[in-house]
Amino acid sequence: MEPRPKLLSLLTALSTLLFLAALAVIFFYAPLEATMNYVQKVFYIHISTAWVGMLGFLAAAAAGIAFLITKNLKWDIVEVAAVEISLVFFLVAIVTGSIWAKPSWGTWWTWDARLTTAAILEMIYLAYLLLRQGIEDPERRARFGAVYTLIGGLSVPVTFLSIRLWQTIHPAIIGTASAQAQGGFAMSPAMLHTMFFALGAFSVIFITLLWHRIRLGRLAEIVEQRKLQAVE
Amino acid sequence: MTPSRRVPSSPPSRSSFARAVLAVLWKDLAAEVRSRELLSAMLVFALLVILIFNFAIELAPDLRPTITPGVLWVTLAFAGTLGLNRSMAVEKDRGCLDGLLLAPVDRSAIFFGKMLANWVFMLLVAVIILPLYSVLYNLNLFHPGLLLVILLGSLGYVAVGTLLASMAVQARTRDILLPILLFPVIVPLLLAAVRASGGFLQAAPFEQIRPWLNLLIGYDAIFLAVAYMLFDAIVEE
Repeated sequence: MEPRPKLLSLLTALSTLLFLAALAVIFFYAPLEATMNYVQKVFYIHISTAWVGMLGFLAAAAAGIAFLITKNLKWDIVEVAAVEISLVFFLVAIVTGSIWAKPSWGTWWTWDARLTTAAILEMIYLAYLLLRQGIEDPERRARFGAVYTLIGGLSVPVTFLSIRLWQTIHPAIIGTASAQAQGGFAMSPAMLHTMFFALGAFSVIFITLLWHRIRLGRLAEIVEQRKLQAVE
Repeated sequence: MTPSRRVPSSPPSRSSFARAVLAVLWKDLAAEVRSRELLSAMLVFALLVILIFNFAIELAPDLRPTITPGVLWVTLAFAGTLGLNRSMAVEKDRGCLDGLLLAPVDRSAIFFGKMLANWVFMLLVAVIILPLYSVLYNLNLFHPGLLLVILLGSLGYVAVGTLLASMAVQARTRDILLPILLFPVIVPLLLAAVRASGGFLQAAPFEQIRPWLNLLIGYDAIFLAVAYMLFDAIVEE
């Protein structure tokens, strides 16, 4: 069995440190927001986990394309790893978003474009895992998984557009200013520093988790092969 | 798809592709005319869904124009999964799919043939449901705009549905898998179809309906192209 790479151990330690540092920055460096006070601090976690969810989502789609072109099963392992991480982080983003929404919009949930799209993305990934569960042959499982991540990956932007067309009240923090969106706030430089630090920390955490999960997938594959050999 | 699978002596041309599509469509329609099991099941199911809606939500006369599009599309979507599952399961169970795949035609022709057959079945269900609904709820549904929306909406639905059904039938959990795979992906299609239908039924100005029609056309175009490209990856082996 291959030993754990040195760089991975290093990354794991770095991720732990960065996570603690991000928490410290959020709680002690970032200023209190004028109207929302402490509740606003969940925003940094919210945006970082949503960012990691997006990274995982894009990585899964890219791995799906790579698998369909190369037919190399290693891309399938990358795809599952990215999907699982994305699933968990999007869930955290949805929960933290709800915590933020309750005091600022007065409701846990609205059928806004981003919220709805995030929820549907979760559904697509859950369906993806169910699809994989129902297929034994690893090659076919990989093929169907790649096809479904591609279909899902294409439908998500269309879903977002369609619901945006329908209604939206989620504040756009960066880019297009939406003064009419409820709960939007102007960010001071210290808040921006905190946000970018949290984004950077969570990106490193994403890479570390992805590497761990890919390694786990490879080990599981080896175990499966040994089992087959033992039976024969 | 590799070139070696084609018959070398007859290079595929546009007319042979169309002939193959029509042959698969014809086969499905002929089988349905003789057995009548798919369409009758879809129809009875659709009527039952409408019946259940009647008890589940109050379809008061003044609310009907606003609620009807939702009821209609949920009914079509549910009945559609029944048909999609069945049309692929028949091919798989009796080993017909392998026979089809052995035919020296482009495999996307098989996909488009199956898809067109599913489209015909869905439209037939819609054609029978619309007058019934109109009579039952005293609401005229024969609006050319609504018919256009049903045409576009069900096209996108069967494009994605046929592709996902051909995956679902090859899984162990196939009977429960198709709706779970299909529904999260067709959310934009259903939203656009419901909004556009509602717009036509409430005689909204065309400027309000046009974005939804554009979305429907865009969705159909994207997923027809995607299904065309990905079907090979599903049936190859």
